[in-house]
Parts: sequence; structure tokens; C-alpha cells
Amino acid sequence: MNAVSTKPAAAPAVVSRPALAALPKPSRIVPVIAQVVPPLIVLALLGLGWEYLASGPNATLPPPSKVWVDAHDLIVDPFFDHGGLDKGLFWHLLASLQRVALGFTLSAVAGVGLGMLIGSSPFFMRGLDPIFQVLRTVPPLAWLPLSLAAFREAQPSAIFVIFITAIWPIIINTAVGVLNVPQDYRNVAAVIRLRGPMFFWKIVLPAAAPYIFTGLKIGIGLSWLAIIAAEMLIGGVGIGFFIWDAWNSSNLSDIIVALVYVGLVGFMLDKVVALAGRIATRGTQAS
Amino acid sequence: MASFLDITKLSIAFPKSPLPVLRDVDLKIERGEYVAVIGHSGCGKSTLLNVVAGLLPATAGGVLLEGREISGPGPDRAVVFQNHSLLPWLTCYENVALAVDQTLAKTMNKAQRHDWVLENLALVHMTAAKDKRPNEISGGMKQRIGIARALAMRPKVLLLDEPFGALDALTRAHLQDQVMEIHARLKTTVIMITHDVDEAVLLSDRIVMLTNGPNATVGEILTVELERPRDRLKLAAHPRFVAARTAVLEFLHSRHANPALQAA
Ligand SMILES: Nc1ncnc2c1ncn2[C@@H]1O[C@H](COP(=O)(O)OP(=O)(O)OP(=O)(O)O)[C@@H](O)[C@H]1O
Ligand SMILES: [Mg+2]
Repeated sequence: MNAVSTKPAAAPAVVSRPALAALPKPSRIVPVIAQVVPPLIVLALLGLGWEYLASGPNATLPPPSKVWVDAHDLIVDPFFDHGGLDKGLFWHLLASLQRVALGFTLSAVAGVGLGMLIGSSPFFMRGLDPIFQVLRTVPPLAWLPLSLAAFREAQPSAIFVIFITAIWPIIINTAVGVLNVPQDYRNVAAVIRLRGPMFFWKIVLPAAAPYIFTGLKIGIGLSWLAIIAAEMLIGGVGIGFFIWDAWNSSNLSDIIVALVYVGLVGFMLDKVVALAGRIATRGTQAS
Repeated sequence: MASFLDITKLSIAFPKSPLPVLRDVDLKIERGEYVAVIGHSGCGKSTLLNVVAGLLPATAGGVLLEGREISGPGPDRAVVFQNHSLLPWLTCYENVALAVDQTLAKTMNKAQRHDWVLENLALVHMTAAKDKRPNEISGGMKQRIGIARALAMRPKVLLLDEPFGALDALTRAHLQDQVMEIHARLKTTVIMITHDVDEAVLLSDRIVMLTNGPNATVGEILTVELERPRDRLKLAAHPRFVAARTAVLEFLHSRHANPALQAA
């Protein structure tokens, strides 16, 4: 009897093969923990460092403990509304998000349309591309005075600034996407005589979708950057003016809380567009 | 009498290159014929097929289909592309349906078109995978969807550009049998480009051998005298099969050897 043999013993052929044992299920919890724990630890360390640095007698910024005490109402209740500008952060963020939603939607529609035009017409490409390349380097806030002069009101001016900030990456990425529609797909469309709007709708748009969503993702990020700055100048309800107002009343703790919210909302906007892109372009990556 | 498909004095040059890829190609194809085009890589086989498809313009000469000059692409000349070219955002069903809705909307109502799509998927045995996307199926399955899409357009001529080139030998044999069966059933006229001598002899009525480019042209045309249906196992040792195979190999490897290899 050689019990140490590594050769598998001849399978007992008479015994009917047992049902395949179920493979152990991969744990769902472990990867989540691995994702969540490191940022929490780093966050705690950064908080401690900040507390230590900002607790000295010469510190100019409040430590986290002071922020918590000062801005307690703001942190625990984002939904209060005492009329006027004295509202919880939720309302300020909501006002800013509404402006972004409007401006960004307009720039998405116009940007994709213009990008399609440029990408599919050499004439417009040559004519418009140089202009766009110059205009896109103009900083968002530089548009504000002109925009205020044109619209004479804060709300449409802010929306225009978002529109003009977000539109360039959308136009350019869409145009590149259209130019990159593979010849194979164009050939298929030619053989089945798919032309005009149907060709755009059935072939160009889906083929360019990954590029378009890259443009939208950059655009939403820029919109959020622009709105905060624009609101500081135009006033009214909105997270940008909230920060400016807090600065004028030397409320540093409020500013810090607002910054955290601004960051979280910006992160969320990015993820929402990315998710929309993933859903809309599923399967678009050719195998 | 004029042929079904008539290629006359066809020359094709690309802009920027001094010599034409193809020069004075003459070829007449009858209705229902299965013609293979064989030649070394880069000699202009795809270019020839693209001109027949209407995707490329002829530089000189021309192509007549049923007496009418070909001036652009159209569903009467369906192409199965070298790299399948399925639209990755559509399911297999939708890929075929797009072609059917686009080309047969005048002659069929919605329900008939739906049935027709399913019928063509069944023809290539792909009914089970109809709701999958191209990146979820194997290379051979993609090629079968490409064939179903082409057949579903009810083409007068089916153009196959190395349809099985990227497949393993077993899958290839299986698809070859399916294409033979479909050809026998539908009597479609087929032009098939291939690199594979056995494939050319097994499937075709005639084999068109192109010389090396540039200035490639028809070097020789071999008629394959084997009755259908053909069985790959029985044919392997059949004297006529062996003779045809030898003739093509001799053309490709001794009289018109691969220029790339010769230079090396
Ligand atoms: N768009 C193009 N512009 C310029 N030259 C081209 C173009 N397409 C093909 N050619 C040239 O034409 C020649 C024939 O190309 P073609 O694709 O027809 O070859 P092929 O016989 O199909 O080769 P393979 O068997 O490798 O597919 C090649 O030398 C290629 O470089
Ligand atoms: Mg080719």
C-alpha cells in the first residue's frame, strides 16, 4: 500500500459521480472592508494632525474640535430655514445644484450637437476648431462681467457661466468621438443604406458615446468649480455665496463645513455622470 | 449574353501610390455561382471585393450587376466583413434587425420582419444567443451573426471577405459546412475571399487566382469539377479534389510565390 503516492487513486468507476460540490462563494464583505478601512484610518490621522497643528496659540485656523462646537447647528441640521439667506446647507447646495443642472444640461445639448457637426463636417471643423481652441482657455469667471452686462440679472448670468465653462470639453470630446467612428461601422451603414439622421442616431451616437461621456464628466467637474466662484460674486442663496458670507463674518468653522460639503457634492456629481455613462455605453467597447 | 455579374477591365489605384493595386481585372460570374478569390496577402483581394460592394470607386473599368453599373453600396450586395463588424451596442437580434428594418421595410410589415430576423438567426443556428451582445459570444458565433445579417438582406450577391480567417480549424470546418448548406438551399451567388486552398476547393465552383500586386490581375481561373453536395471527408482523397488543390498550390507557391517571403 503506498499511501504517500500523489497519484490520484483510480476513481471508483462504479460509484455514480456525485453532484459537483458548490464552489465556496467569494466573500462580499472582505473587499468592502479593504476599500473602506484605509481611507478611514488616513482620515483619522489627518484629523489628529490638524487638531495638533491648529491648537497652538498662534494658529490662524480652527481645529476640528472647535469647528464641531462652532458649527454644530450647521452640521447636525442641514435642513433648517429661518428665511432670507439664513438656511441650512442643504438649501444652499440645492440652489447651486439647480443652477448647475440647468447650465450643464444646456451645455450638454449644445455641446453634443456642435461636436457632432464639427466631427462630421471638415468645413465646420476647419472653421470652428481654432475659435473653440482659443475660447476654451478663457477662465470661467472672465465671462461673468460680460454675462452680467448681457443678461442684467444674477441668475441667468450664473447659468451662462456654467454653460460656457462646461461646453468646450463636451464639444471637443464629441467631435473626436465622431471622427473616431470606425470605418467598419460606416461600411455597415453604407451597405444597408443608413443615412442622415438615422445614421447619426443608430451609428454615430452610440459609437461616440464613450467619448461624449468623457466630455460630460470633465464638463460637470468644471461646472461645479465655476458655480462656486460665480456665486461668490453674484450673491443670493447658493453654496458659493454662503462661503463668501461666512468669510465676511469671519466664520471660519462654517467655511470648513461648507468646503467638506462642496467636495462631497462634486465627488457625487462626478460619480453620477460616470454611472450614467456606464449604463448608456454598456457593450459599446468593441471586443 | 451578358453575365449576371460582369467585372470589366477593372483597375484600382489609391491616391498617393504610383502603381495601381489591381489592373485590368476581368471576371464574369453567373447567377448562383460560388466563386472563391485567392491570392497572397496584400495583393488586393479586399480591394476587389470592396469595389464590387460599392464601398470603393473603380479607377478605370467597372462592374455590372444584371447589366447595371455599380455606383455605390447597397443591400443587393451584402458583405460579411473580414472582422465581423457587428455593432457592439446592439444584441445579435438587433444587429440583424437593423439591417432588415432598413432594407426590407417596404416589402414586409413589422411582424413579418421580426419572423424574418428569427428565421435568419435560425439558419446559422444562433437562435439561442439572439439576445447576447457581440462581446458575449465567441468569434465563430460573431461570424455567423455577420452571415445571418448579410443573408437577411436578401442580397443578389453575397460577398465574403475571409469570413473564417480568424477561426480555429474545427469551427471553420463547421461554418464551411453551414455556408455550403445555405448556398445549396438559397442558390445565392457568392464571392468569397480566402487564404485557405482547401476551403476554396471545397466550397467553390470556380477559383480565381490573383497574381501578386501591385498591378495584380487574374492569373488563372480553375473550375472545380466536383458534384454537390460535397462531403469534406469523402473528398479528401478524391482525385479531382487533390488535382484542384495541387493546381492552386502550384500557382500560389511556385509560379507566384509570396513576394514578402522571396525578398526575405
Ligand atoms: N485605403 C488605402 N489606401 C492606400 N492603400 C491601400 C488602402 N487599402 C489597401 N491599400 C493597399 O492595397 C493593397 C491591397 O490591399 P487589400 O486589403 O486589398 O489586400 P488583401 O489582398 O485583402 O490582403 P489580406 O489578404 O492581407 O487581407 C495593399 O498593398 C494595401 O497596402
Ligand atoms: Mg483583405
